[in-house]
Amino acid sequence: MRKKRILADVLSYSFLTLLAVVWLLPFFWLIMQSFRKEPGQFIDTFLPKNYTFDNYIRLFTETNVINFSRMFMNTFVIAVFTCILSTFFVLGVSYCTSRLHFKMRRPYMNMALVLNLFPGFMSMIAVYFILKALGLTEGAMIPVALVIVFSAGAGTQFYVMKGYMDTIPKALDEAASLDGCTRWQIFTKITLPLSKPMIIYQIVTSFMVPWIDFIFARIIVRAESKYYTVAIGLWSMLEKEYVWDWYTRFCAGAVLVSIPVAILFMITQKYYREAMAGGVKG
Amino acid sequence: MISLSKLRGRSFKDPYNLINALSSGDIWVYLSCLFMGAGNIASGQIIKGLLFFFLEVAFLVFMAVPGGGLYRISMLPSLGDRPQGEVWNEELGIYEYTKGDNSQLILLYGIATILICVLFAVVWRAAVCSSYKARVQRSAGLRPASFGSDLHSLLDDRVHTLLMTPPFAFLLVFTILPLIYMMTMAFTNFSREGDRLVLFDWVGFRNFLTVFNSNSVVGKQFWSVLGWTLVWAFFATFLNFFLGTLLAMLINRHSIKLKGLWRTVLATTIAVPQFVSLMVVRSMLQPQGILNRMLEGADLINSPLPFLTDTAWARVLVIIVNLWIGIPYTILQVTGVLNNIPKEQYNAAKVDGCTPIQTFFHVTLPYMMFVLTPYLITQFTGNINNFNIIYLLTRGEPVSVGNTAGDTDLLITWLYKLSVDQQKYDLAAVIGILTFAVLSIVALVTYRNSGSYKNEEGFR
Repeated sequence: MRKKRILADVLSYSFLTLLAVVWLLPFFWLIMQSFRKEPGQFIDTFLPKNYTFDNYIRLFTETNVINFSRMFMNTFVIAVFTCILSTFFVLGVSYCTSRLHFKMRRPYMNMALVLNLFPGFMSMIAVYFILKALGLTEGAMIPVALVIVFSAGAGTQFYVMKGYMDTIPKALDEAASLDGCTRWQIFTKITLPLSKPMIIYQIVTSFMVPWIDFIFARIIVRAESKYYTVAIGLWSMLEKEYVWDWYTRFCAGAVLVSIPVAILFMITQKYYREAMAGGVKG
Repeated sequence: MISLSKLRGRSFKDPYNLINALSSGDIWVYLSCLFMGAGNIASGQIIKGLLFFFLEVAFLVFMAVPGGGLYRISMLPSLGDRPQGEVWNEELGIYEYTKGDNSQLILLYGIATILICVLFAVVWRAAVCSSYKARVQRSAGLRPASFGSDLHSLLDDRVHTLLMTPPFAFLLVFTILPLIYMMTMAFTNFSREGDRLVLFDWVGFRNFLTVFNSNSVVGKQFWSVLGWTLVWAFFATFLNFFLGTLLAMLINRHSIKLKGLWRTVLATTIAVPQFVSLMVVRSMLQPQGILNRMLEGADLINSPLPFLTDTAWARVLVIIVNLWIGIPYTILQVTGVLNNIPKEQYNAAKVDGCTPIQTFFHVTLPYMMFVLTPYLITQFTGNINNFNIIYLLTRGEPVSVGNTAGDTDLLITWLYKLSVDQQKYDLAAVIGILTFAVLSIVALVTYRNSGSYKNEEGFR
């Protein structure tokens, strides 16, 4: 019996190690490529023959074709505003659907469910035409258009937050109400502070959206390279006319974007677990 | 619980509704139907009444001005038919262009105008009810609420109006309006084909007939894309779930140390943006990619393997690569549930002499399926819409000559290609509507047949 158990342990550990290698190998390869000296997309050996740090330096110094640092700033600014707007939307809708009773509550929630069934970019061309009619697809208005696109759907993404707010005891609201608090005060002074882990989860999640979206952004920004976000920039490095020169720099850029996004993701998971495990005790 | 919800239902019944207003309102209420806010002003709510009145004036002006709302709606049936003209200007010696109609804008503005009319109808109803309420309070000797207290109630009783209006406005303009707009395109011939990008017409259900007709080129592609989409969604969802559950159980074994580390390592594929990880895998799987080079270098193969260039290879590969992305999601979701399975069930299985495999199929899996049905449904619908993995990994390729859809294209990536790359908006819109139909049917049918819907208390 004991021998059998040891054998099972050895097997499990070797299997898990094998999986871990398979899981990490592409990322390891990517990091190695970002230090490769030879240009071009395809090479014969798994590891580069010569290493260099140039790819990272040139990514930020050679700005005449693809200006990576500007893309980084663009994305950062867009992400900050997206984050503020969509967090505000989600918190407002979650509070109302969780705590208040009004006529449109059920209809609104059902509408959100139906809207969520529509694939987001089924209508993206129509969204583009609307933004164009509003004059938001030219020049300096493009970042505004992107913020709108990234946060417009927030009104339907409230189910997780609402679920969390549902766990906050109603007795707290009633007590505050007896003490003369208005609903607004209950919202800002009781519900929001108690939802802290979930709010952090929400903030980080919505902050990440502009960094990883390449579909909507590409349709709205089109060829205006001044307003590229990092995702479109990295994507364009792989186009036929650039790929020979830019492939290793694509790898460097991909590493630079992935690290913060991965760290942020781990943070969301921490707060998500905290929120799910803790709740608020009545 | 039932009585509670009934109570709540009753509390919404507002005595100041439109029917009561029209049946028992006084002359001011009827006047308010024509001149919004009249009843409010007569009852002392000056500011509120004026606001209503100005809204009405603004709406009427918007509708009546040349090129305004009425014109917009009147253009809807024809969608415009004046082409852009060229006039030779003798004096300057150049061609001057006269402005033609743009069907796409006519359609958009027409729909937007209809939405504005609907919104105005809501405001109108609110105005009539509000003046009715003010009149009733007045005649009962009460003072109707002042504008200040109305504003204050936005922070208290009606805080939902304050908090929900901005998100809803955004939804209305950037989600609902585009959806309606997109759906109407399905009934037109808005397409690059036949040069109908500027001027197009209504064609009724013709596009739907084309797509459903399995003898037409598009029809053939539709059925094969739909079939592959469902096959893909099935395998992507259930293989992920099955293998992910097994893996989660393996990590959950008592003797495995560093559980957190294993889970974190696997979660890297979720943490790294998909456009990075999938592009890397794509370049590794190319004919000259590193995987083929390594295999050739080791003399295992003579010519590159057709990872993404052969239909069967590509289809199997997207499902396998999807495991790489999807299994960690399952582990995140499943680990908590696994710990919740009642220990007695395992003990009972042991007493009955079940093998571990039997225990898995008769205790663990049914429990998981029961608890996670909603999750599985979301996964299934999510996979039908899984744009990223297909578009980033294969771009829908390989594409047979003459087809608009590749062999690994899902409905959603086909839709993307039809609208963004090929500008066949009419067909794209039909595909969009049909995708939604497939999704809602899947969601409804599976949800209604699931254990957790039929019997909410079942497993407790």
